[in-house]
Amino acid sequence: MDHLENLENISIHLLREAYANFKNLCMLWSIGKDSTVLLWLARKAFFGHVPFPLVHIDTTYKIPEMIQYRDRLAGEWKLMMIVGKNEEALEKKETFPDGSVDRIACCRNLKTKALVSTLNGSGKRYRYNHHTNRYEVDKNTEPYTGVIVGARADEEGSRSKERYFSPRDNRSEWDIGDQPPEFWNQYKTDFAPGTHLRIHPLLDWTELNIWEYIDREKIPTVSLYYNQGDGTRYRSLGCWPCTFPINSESRTVTEIIEELKSGQLKNVAERSGRAQDKEDGGGLETLRREGYM
Amino acid sequence: MNIVFVGHVDHGKSTVIGRLLVDTGSLPEGKLEQVRENCERNSKPFEYAFLIDALKDEQSQGITIDSARVFFKTTKRDYIIIDAPGHIEFLKNMITGAAHAEAALLVIDANEGVRENSRRHGYMLSMLGINQICVLVNKMDLVGYSQETYNAIVEEYSAFLGRINVKPSCFIPVSGFLGVNITDKDKTIPWYSGNTVLDALEEFTTAGDTVEKPFRMPVQDVYKFTRFGDNRRIIVGSIASGSVAVSDELLFFPSGKRGMVKEIEAFNAHPPAVASAPAAVGFTLNEQIYIKRGELAVKADEKKPHITSRIKTSLFWLGRKPMLAKKEYYLKIGSAKVPLRLEQILRVINANSLDWSDIKNSIERHDVAECILTLSHPIAFDTSEENPLMSRFVIIDDYEISGGGIINEELGDSQSRLRDNVYLRNYKWVTSGIPVEQRADRYNQRSALILITGKKDAGKKTIARALEKKLFEDGKIVYFMGIGNVLYGVDADIKGSDIVEDVKIEHIRRLAEIAHLMMEAGIILIVTAIELRQSDLEIIKTIVNPDKIETIWIGEQEATDLAIDKHIENAKNVDEIAGIIKETLQEKRIIFKPW
Repeated sequence: MDHLENLENISIHLLREAYANFKNLCMLWSIGKDSTVLLWLARKAFFGHVPFPLVHIDTTYKIPEMIQYRDRLAGEWKLMMIVGKNEEALEKKETFPDGSVDRIACCRNLKTKALVSTLNGSGKRYRYNHHTNRYEVDKNTEPYTGVIVGARADEEGSRSKERYFSPRDNRSEWDIGDQPPEFWNQYKTDFAPGTHLRIHPLLDWTELNIWEYIDREKIPTVSLYYNQGDGTRYRSLGCWPCTFPINSESRTVTEIIEELKSGQLKNVAERSGRAQDKEDGGGLETLRREGYM
Repeated sequence: MNIVFVGHVDHGKSTVIGRLLVDTGSLPEGKLEQVRENCERNSKPFEYAFLIDALKDEQSQGITIDSARVFFKTTKRDYIIIDAPGHIEFLKNMITGAAHAEAALLVIDANEGVRENSRRHGYMLSMLGINQICVLVNKMDLVGYSQETYNAIVEEYSAFLGRINVKPSCFIPVSGFLGVNITDKDKTIPWYSGNTVLDALEEFTTAGDTVEKPFRMPVQDVYKFTRFGDNRRIIVGSIASGSVAVSDELLFFPSGKRGMVKEIEAFNAHPPAVASAPAAVGFTLNEQIYIKRGELAVKADEKKPHITSRIKTSLFWLGRKPMLAKKEYYLKIGSAKVPLRLEQILRVINANSLDWSDIKNSIERHDVAECILTLSHPIAFDTSEENPLMSRFVIIDDYEISGGGIINEELGDSQSRLRDNVYLRNYKWVTSGIPVEQRADRYNQRSALILITGKKDAGKKTIARALEKKLFEDGKIVYFMGIGNVLYGVDADIKGSDIVEDVKIEHIRRLAEIAHLMMEAGIILIVTAIELRQSDLEIIKTIVNPDKIETIWIGEQEATDLAIDKHIENAKNVDEIAGIIKETLQEKRIIFKPW
């Protein structure tokens, strides 16, 4: 059994463990490569089906290709697609592109707050209707108690300290200093009312593993990851005002794998194109403690 | 391969790791120079441990090296080095880190010698099942490379490990600071010609023997995605040991049910004919048997697991609150989760001195203890000697994993003999051609055994009749079975000799077997009994699927140990009571509320 197969087995085990233990379970899908691999692993774990909703937080500033790709796969793979937004902040124009707040505050408004209210059901959830191909307000407002997230330990500092099953308190906050023990394939699946758990099936994967797996399984990805001829590509996807491409000639999955293996990007952080990271003192710890993915 | 570094605080773990990274050329370009410059600027001597700290800063800028895990590779393979905290406060984190490792390097300071956490970590490694351990006697430069000092430590620590049945793969005298015996053999220590640290790493073997063991797969779930138009009933789980193939005959414990593998299922791949540990798999069976999460799948022609509700264990406690005899906890093993009580503490071991302490009546944080646990349902397992993977459990206290342990021995419980009967019955059982769900669909109900109990003149029979009538009028398949009907028929041969406890058990056993047949037929069966005891219920639970039993107590409930599902007191009349029971059945989804 090779390393990728091992990683795949662990992730499938964790997904099934989450499904067995949480009645109100959902998976966050950012449209990026990691959460798309996670979605693919879910189809493997559940033999072609995805038996829980996929939640996407739409800041309305996502690169348009991302949204087209999302709705295409939602239709093709029969996904229970849920979209959440911070409509209040958008209406009041409390965003960085509107010039009223800085990048961190914008992330907090459009991502963290939108996510927290979508998860606990206090914010509107829009559900994809497979007959009309439209999003409609979802009647289900029950809080999600298990949230599957595609975070990887090698991405940045605070994520490397994560557990597979990571508790969040009733304000969605993360106590990084006192995390539960986790051993022998036994995880924290018991939780007090009002709290929820984040589940991280991709914790052991590296950026290279993700691309090798995309290659092996032929998983469809957004074209933004590839150089379209101008010598640049996105290495990490986000909102257009705060996400910048890197210089790279890679046009295909194979070329990205070669590029990563060659060490050309060894001293460039994967999220170097994400402007908000730099404003958060380097890491994402502040945002993540508050509930950011 | 995952390697954990453990040992007492300040014995030089980070220095050895830093040196290993430098000498194997695993650092990002310019890193070493940068740290050296930093040291010069702040006029402090350079230390290799700073490299690890420097990497911590670096990670906050978004580069992918972590303090807890360091990645490096040799021509042979990739390594993940886990730097476990040496401080007692972080034992919880040390266990989390070490449990993912396949081998351990334990660092001892030659100058300080064997200390508290040198022993405690050694002990924890053995409990965690990490049996590839190499001991590094570090800071040899500080003791003038004294062979005498080295030998004394080797002797003392070997003796310690011997007492806990651990045989280290090697001892190596090193100096992390000067790079002696880390990656290169040199002549600094003329009396030592063995492996370097790097050699020791490369000689560790990956855990491959799990495939040789008997097939064990905790059933994680049973999928039937009818709502997506998929009618396969797929039993899923991750194979803990051994392998499984199409047409293998399987047994599921603790239920003892049997089935043959029809197909191993896959998505975006060809269905494989065989699957081995540690694959996460799913398969269908030829028979439509009803099983669920918590069972252990094994092969019928291989060694059977132990099944009991009393176990002798070694465990370590991590909870802030001590483990107490009177309190209820949960035990999780494989995919099973059952309530547990601490029956008896045999001894509490001081992990430092390995002395057995006086009889304590609680297990404190960081204690290691041998004890007997009683579970409310039987579990299936192998002992730590037979198959360590299948002997490991954790204990949940108040939502938190508060301890972990291994099962050393199966102890008999009151149901052992009955259970053997039931296994033979289930093995020989001829499965009906009509699947359970199909029958439930047709009857629009799930089969259940409703046990109505209470004091002598509580009106149980009248209530049973009223309930039977109510359900019958709703179109349910229901039957009230009077005890007399059994007593003078099925029990004719043993009737009248009630005084003997064995005969009493036999009465209940026969009653339960009849109930079991009726459950299989899809019926809702009502039975009444005077002051049913927990020991009676345990017998019934061994024979009838415990999930299908509803216990109802009518009237005042005095000293009784019976765990009841519903207590009905102060009801106005029989009809009201029957109505309450009906609602209970709706809540339990045995019958359904009308639209």
